Amino acid sequence: MADVRVLIVRGPGTNCELETAHVWEQVGARTRTMHINALRDDPTALAESQILTIPGGFCYGDDVSAGKIMAMDLRLFLSDALRDFVSAGKLILGICNGFQVLVKTGLLPGMALGDGRVTLAFNTSGRYEDRWVHLAPVQGRCRFVDGDGPLYMPIAHAEGRIVVKDATTLTTLCDAGHVAFRYVDEHGASGDYPVNPNGSTDHIAALTDDTGQVLGLMPHPERNAHPTHHPLWTQLPKDRTPDGLRLFKTALASLR
Amino acid sequence: MSQDTGPSVWGVALRAKSASLDVRGLGALADVRRRGLSHIETIRATKLYFLRGRLDRAFVERLATDLLVDPVVEDCHVFEGMRGDGAGEEIRVEVHRQPGVMDPVAETILRTARRMVCHWKTQDTARVDAVQTAWRFAITGLGNLTELEWIATRVLANDCIETAYVDGFGRSDSRPVDFAHAPQATFAKRTVRLLSLDDDALATLSRDGHLFLSAAEMKAIQAYYTTLGRDPTDVELETLAQTWSEHCVHKTLKSDIVYRGADFGRDGEIEVRFDNLLKSTIVAATQELDRDWCLSVFEDNAGVIAFDDEFGVAFKVETHNHPSAIEPYGGAATGIGGCIRDIMGCGLGAKPFASTDVFCLAPPDWPEDRLPRGVLHPRRVLTGVVGGVRDYGNRMGIPTVNGAIYFEPRYLTNPLVFCGCVGLIPRNRIAKEVQAGDHIVVAGGRTGRDGIHGATFSSSELTDTHVDEFSHAVQIGNAIEEKKVLDAILVARDHETGCLYSAMTDCGAGGLSSAVGEMGEKLGACVDLDKVPLKYAGLRYDEIWISEAQERMVMSVGDENLETLLAVFAAEEVEATVIGTFTGDGQLCLRFDGVVVGELGMDFLHNGLPREVRVAEWRRGEPKTASPVVADVGSRLLSALGELNTASKEWVIRQYDHEVQAGSVVKPLAGRGHGPSDAAVVRPRLDSDRGIALGCGLCPEMADDDPYEMALSAVDEALRNVICVGGDPARTAILDNFCWGSVDSPRALGSLVRACRGAQDAAVAFGLPFISGKDSLNNQFSQSEQEAARLQMPARVSIPDTLLISAISIIPDVMCCVTMDLKQAGNRLLCVGGFVNRGLDEAAAIHGRVAAWIRDGKVVAAHDVSDGGLAVAIAEMCIAGATGATVNLDAFGESVEDAALLFGEWRCCYVLECSAGATIGGDAVTDIGCVTDTPTLTVSRGEVTLAESSIDALSEAWRRPLAAVGGV
Repeated sequence: MADVRVLIVRGPGTNCELETAHVWEQVGARTRTMHINALRDDPTALAESQILTIPGGFCYGDDVSAGKIMAMDLRLFLSDALRDFVSAGKLILGICNGFQVLVKTGLLPGMALGDGRVTLAFNTSGRYEDRWVHLAPVQGRCRFVDGDGPLYMPIAHAEGRIVVKDATTLTTLCDAGHVAFRYVDEHGASGDYPVNPNGSTDHIAALTDDTGQVLGLMPHPERNAHPTHHPLWTQLPKDRTPDGLRLFKTALASLR
Repeated sequence: MSQDTGPSVWGVALRAKSASLDVRGLGALADVRRRGLSHIETIRATKLYFLRGRLDRAFVERLATDLLVDPVVEDCHVFEGMRGDGAGEEIRVEVHRQPGVMDPVAETILRTARRMVCHWKTQDTARVDAVQTAWRFAITGLGNLTELEWIATRVLANDCIETAYVDGFGRSDSRPVDFAHAPQATFAKRTVRLLSLDDDALATLSRDGHLFLSAAEMKAIQAYYTTLGRDPTDVELETLAQTWSEHCVHKTLKSDIVYRGADFGRDGEIEVRFDNLLKSTIVAATQELDRDWCLSVFEDNAGVIAFDDEFGVAFKVETHNHPSAIEPYGGAATGIGGCIRDIMGCGLGAKPFASTDVFCLAPPDWPEDRLPRGVLHPRRVLTGVVGGVRDYGNRMGIPTVNGAIYFEPRYLTNPLVFCGCVGLIPRNRIAKEVQAGDHIVVAGGRTGRDGIHGATFSSSELTDTHVDEFSHAVQIGNAIEEKKVLDAILVARDHETGCLYSAMTDCGAGGLSSAVGEMGEKLGACVDLDKVPLKYAGLRYDEIWISEAQERMVMSVGDENLETLLAVFAAEEVEATVIGTFTGDGQLCLRFDGVVVGELGMDFLHNGLPREVRVAEWRRGEPKTASPVVADVGSRLLSALGELNTASKEWVIRQYDHEVQAGSVVKPLAGRGHGPSDAAVVRPRLDSDRGIALGCGLCPEMADDDPYEMALSAVDEALRNVICVGGDPARTAILDNFCWGSVDSPRALGSLVRACRGAQDAAVAFGLPFISGKDSLNNQFSQSEQEAARLQMPARVSIPDTLLISAISIIPDVMCCVTMDLKQAGNRLLCVGGFVNRGLDEAAAIHGRVAAWIRDGKVVAAHDVSDGGLAVAIAEMCIAGATGATVNLDAFGESVEDAALLFGEWRCCYVLECSAGATIGGDAVTDIGCVTDTPTLTVSRGEVTLAESSIDALSEAWRRPLAAVGGV
């Protein structure tokens, strides 16, 4: 099969681009990493790729609010190119800071309801936290989700709490299939902090758009991609397949 | 709006739509309540952005909507001027940054707003010139003005970098109406009268000019200028003071010392002379060991050891104590930022992949009314330094993987902040050499008035007025600027045409004066100070030269690479500017607008410091009488687990991203129960299973008895920590950080000598070369006699003599690492070592055996016995594994009593869980019991049960103390 090309966009303060690229390569894709300014000057790289990934980090220091400034860049300079990208059936993945960027550009949840109805606010704890969580997949159209679970991977953020404008927005999110993953405990049941680590509405951890081609999630799948990533790996068999890889493999398979 | 309208100021106020979304207000409220004002009802925070430029309401509203407000969670109010918001708030505090203090958010908004102006094509009608940010807090439930002012200055603002405008209870501060400006200076070359000064006048000049040079040093400078036949310029004198500061040149550790007193590790008294204390102890150990895997030691910004055939690892640990005492958040952030830059500027550039942090602080429950004037509350220091490390490290994308927090009352006035960083460096990028004719390029952040006199400030004692006197020494960091610089450096280092610069170093203490002075030591340098990019106009040339503004690197760049290098930095949005030339004439020449303002021989600058012979004395004091102990083993175990120095630091650890870069192997928290890992293991290459372990040792409680023993214990603990996760003692290097109260008395200097000798003996015996180090020898505080009497404290307070040892160990295959959580019911538990004071050679043999058992897969859990002794070590392993154990002391025999066995702290002592079927035995190995699948820890002697406790109870005792500090 032909190589799938992944374009990874970074900006000032992006800091997970290397390990994210490594995981894409691990599952068989080819990657190219570009500074957002370079992409702005030459958007043809989008046309040459099948998957766009915005990795984690603190783009522009999360100044103003997380992901906001890079979202401004995308809206001002690349909105048409991104719309064409999705129309062409291609996939977009935003991890952590990348998820925040996708929400603040309006690409997620991308509902018919319009922009400005969903955001990622400060965690209820008021603090940045690095903590492993379980994720229950919501079976649906999202091309990154295969339905098996729960998946185990870490969150590491201060602004990951999904907040919605009103009850209608939440109903639409759920009913129209925008929820891709929810925070659960190891047995698959919902719970308060720390099961839901940031106080997210309806325990939502990840969102997808109307097409299922765009996924944004707060947890870091690329941080559970090596046998020694798992916090309990010294108690586990060493030949396991790490959970985080699944998401990348599923997306790749959906393009083939 | 027409073109001729003058500039105006507009404000944008953002308030969370509901109290539950107002994390800033809730955080402040929790903080205030925890610190005693439990009757405060609410604190609501408002974020303020002020814009200055050619602006009108329509434009500001558009900017606010598109850029500033999140409509799902915030309400927005746009107003003209700076005072048009907050109607209806009766009691409030508005906090603004002082002019000239770094404000990264404002800088980002300014840059983005300008971009938007271009995109909207409104350049003709609108222009944004400047942005400021501020916070306002509306408070209800306050009793009186005193409480309000206490909250304003003690919780909401730090008057070192911020101004609080307070309204309520009859006080009504006048808030600013326009942007404040940093003071402007016009250029004038200044000389300082020196040649004609007598000794008293020299001393006055040294003190009042914040030079902190000794009488002998001032006289050496006077003699140098007498031969030149002229007085120095201000900038020459500043350059000498920076370069000769304790902070930069470590003159105490490098001085010649005659030591008289107790022998080292033997009975009796000796007199011995050390020519250069550091060289004849710490460095001598490294030379004696002569390991071929030590690639660069004591030369560069960091020490480098071999990692694999392609790469080395560079490790550095810095202190940032004084800045953290007066502004904990900024101090710790720039501490870690500076240490990261040390790694970035090591060789031709290393890529940082792990950080460490160690804090020594007073207990967070210190009574408010016993706080000396000018001293911040330890709770505020703790949350501040944690926040600083968190925000800088996380934003840089460098995992903070290992550390420690040590609580002791004597750190009240002088908290210690140690920041470490480790980087990966290609082995062909370690050597660097400036070439004559190279351009001097400064890259990164702009230079401002922040951080003037940091190097000399940190070489002085703190006083109750230091906040007023030294606020200019504090720096505020901007992690994203540093990340951009790092991204650019790595591109330039690995450029397809070869490395684009011949040498590089960071701007740290002393700013450009140190960086350029150091790089140009052999060749000489000429700098045009007017070329240095400034944050705002009006800096004097000497301020430009010594400013410690953050996030700057200096490179030497050959003509042929200059254009390419500048393009690389521009592509990463990093400013890089040529400011001079490395000349080859051996002179340091400073110019401003073409006028020579300073000219110094590099030889005098670097070798003119007079060497002094100092006397050191140390005699053994009376041994301390042991404090009475609780008889009941069970309750003593619970209280030992709840000691602040033992208790869980999970609240702190979780605020640090310890997994970014995806190299995490052994995390700081182990097992289902999140127990305390002995050391961290990180895999720095995504394509390799080779790793490194990082650990540390710190035992200041032993310094009062004997600093020699303290040093042995610190090295031993650091080594045990890395061995417990799978480190190889034959491939372990160590770093030293000496923090002393003072070294101005023979006794204090004697203590330093003993610690150096202890570190040397342990390093040689265990085969651990020192590769780098840093000292901070002025950590004392003085206050007036009346104030001291009121607080029932001495007028001069000193920290305990503190030696931090950091260890780095190579791990050939991380799949062989072990963690400290108990694994499997039925497995045997062994105690190895401990319980008698073993000689260093015997201890070395035990360390080697334990490491071999772990490497051979005979051990599935290992933990070192440190604070709280054997009982606490076993309890922590149970907590981490969320499972129980039965322990019987019979195998120890009767020679040591139970309490000493269970709670004594010993060097060279481990608890191991053997893998099923493995046999481990021999000298110093004691079978103490086994892992069980019932959640209970039982300790017995013969048939008598000494303690029986549920793991839940142990866990609760261990978690509670610091959770209360950090919980919101």
